[in-house]
Amino acid sequence: MTDSHAGYVLGLADDALISAQRMGWWISRAPQLEEDVALANIGLDQLGQARTLLAHAGALEGDGRSEDDLAYLRDERDFRNVKLVERPQTDFAVTMARLLVFATWQAELYAALAGSTDATLAGVAGKAVKEVAYHVDHARQWVLRLGDGTDESHRRMQAAVDAEWPFVEELFRPVDPALVAAGVAADPTVLRAAVLRRVGQVLDEATLSVPDVAPAVAGGRDGLHTEHLGFLLAEMQHLTRSHPEASW
Amino acid sequence: MVGVYGNDFTAPDETAPRPATGDEPETFRALLEGEGRVEPRDDLPDAYRRTLVRQIAQHAHSEIIGMQPEGNWISRAPSLRRKAILMAKVQDEAGHGLYLYAAAETLGVDRADLLDQLHSGRQKYSSIFNYPTLTWADVGAIGWLVDGAAIVNQVPLCRCSYGPYARAMIRVCKEESFHQRQGFEILHTLSHGTPAQKAMAQDAVDRYWWPSLMMFGPPDDDSPNSAQSMAWGIKRFSNDDLRQRFVDMTVPQAEALGLTLPDPEIRWNDERGHYDFGEVDFTELFEVIKGNGPCNAERMAHRVRAHEDGAWVREAANAYADKQAARAGADVA
Repeated sequence: MTDSHAGYVLGLADDALISAQRMGWWISRAPQLEEDVALANIGLDQLGQARTLLAHAGALEGDGRSEDDLAYLRDERDFRNVKLVERPQTDFAVTMARLLVFATWQAELYAALAGSTDATLAGVAGKAVKEVAYHVDHARQWVLRLGDGTDESHRRMQAAVDAEWPFVEELFRPVDPALVAAGVAADPTVLRAAVLRRVGQVLDEATLSVPDVAPAVAGGRDGLHTEHLGFLLAEMQHLTRSHPEASW
Repeated sequence: MVGVYGNDFTAPDETAPRPATGDEPETFRALLEGEGRVEPRDDLPDAYRRTLVRQIAQHAHSEIIGMQPEGNWISRAPSLRRKAILMAKVQDEAGHGLYLYAAAETLGVDRADLLDQLHSGRQKYSSIFNYPTLTWADVGAIGWLVDGAAIVNQVPLCRCSYGPYARAMIRVCKEESFHQRQGFEILHTLSHGTPAQKAMAQDAVDRYWWPSLMMFGPPDDDSPNSAQSMAWGIKRFSNDDLRQRFVDMTVPQAEALGLTLPDPEIRWNDERGHYDFGEVDFTELFEVIKGNGPCNAERMAHRVRAHEDGAWVREAANAYADKQAARAGADVA
């Protein structure tokens, strides 16, 4: 097992963890009660994926770090998530635009990883693929309603898609070719076509356009994040770090 | 009357149901006498209907406002396991709100109107949620004490005379009982952890003990509407009986936790077969009910903001549904 193997799993784990942390903000703030339940459910699925993947990354790394060690005791520069998931999402349209992209990507990714030669990863992916199918459907339904709802919702949904779009490309950055060759990792360039096609179909049906914008400079997988991640981690980690001797 | 989270009798106001007039339908009286369940299609006295709407709505509002104090710690839960449990718990509360609004709707009201009444302050929620969650241990104290008190109040409601409410309560009580055990477990871990963790747990119990006792409402002598609710089979036990039951259940649990309760008068009374405890000072509760509690303004502002910020989303969903229906109609034509 190589460092890049652990690093690959850690990236996927961090994507799910940071997304779950953002999703948790919505609980008690959703536009209607059914949506509080739904977003909590999605956040819980993502958190569950994150926990299993973090534990697996810790095992691959071999230094005895637990899921909580990895979640709570790393600094910003050590997180490996894409920037897509780390920015605030306090606008419902932004949340749905992001979820559509992220869950569609996870759906394609997990479907591919269900056949990974890494048996643990294959197991996690096989379970998660069913969860994220629901996330994709949920996001799709809302993107349709908002895109093809009122003038205001159309404008806000398009603005949200425009804001998220520069961060989409980072999902498809190449991974270590050796991991792909070994059948451990999924090839992002293969996922790219399927994800963009599926998301494009939803946007089209929702009377929205695919933005023509340049990708933002990537860097999340190398620990180069937006300024937002530090605040997210400060909030998430402060209690645990304040009591280094404690268990909870 | 007594609300469900226990609790909040309100100051006399214009929305309070008037007492029954005595002209109750014969079928209704027969159902109550036979301990049968009243169902939505039965002929209900208006005062019974209004009392239930008020109580069930207040219960539903308490569930959704109750999401806030615990939701306050989702982003900061100290382990991923605790974070997952807390998210699931707050999600359960949203689910309880949903069943309860649905139960209220069987009485001919609608959720949107009930929410408007909450947002405009015409309907209340349990005052216990106007207390802040200042530390992680407060999440444990709410689970153990607040959910524990809610269970004592709510278990008898599983036998409430109104069928839809009673059935909703069966499900709610099962989940609340799980929550109460989780709260106990959080406090048990803290009280057996570091000195700082134990102090955090004790502080939370010290702050939540008396407000939890207030959840049962005023003393029986001072609870004018209770008799009517009992006659209608909505309420089964008096406020003081339920409060005693809660104390009897909780004192041994506090001992098991290794924590103390902030009442020097608590001691077993062999003659009564119950724990004695000190007098509850209801002055504070009345202040909190009047709106002067630590978090009244924040809880309402949070709820109203979520509702207003979501208005464009709900409008879009309606507009989309209308368009889809029109398209389906055009296809059929």
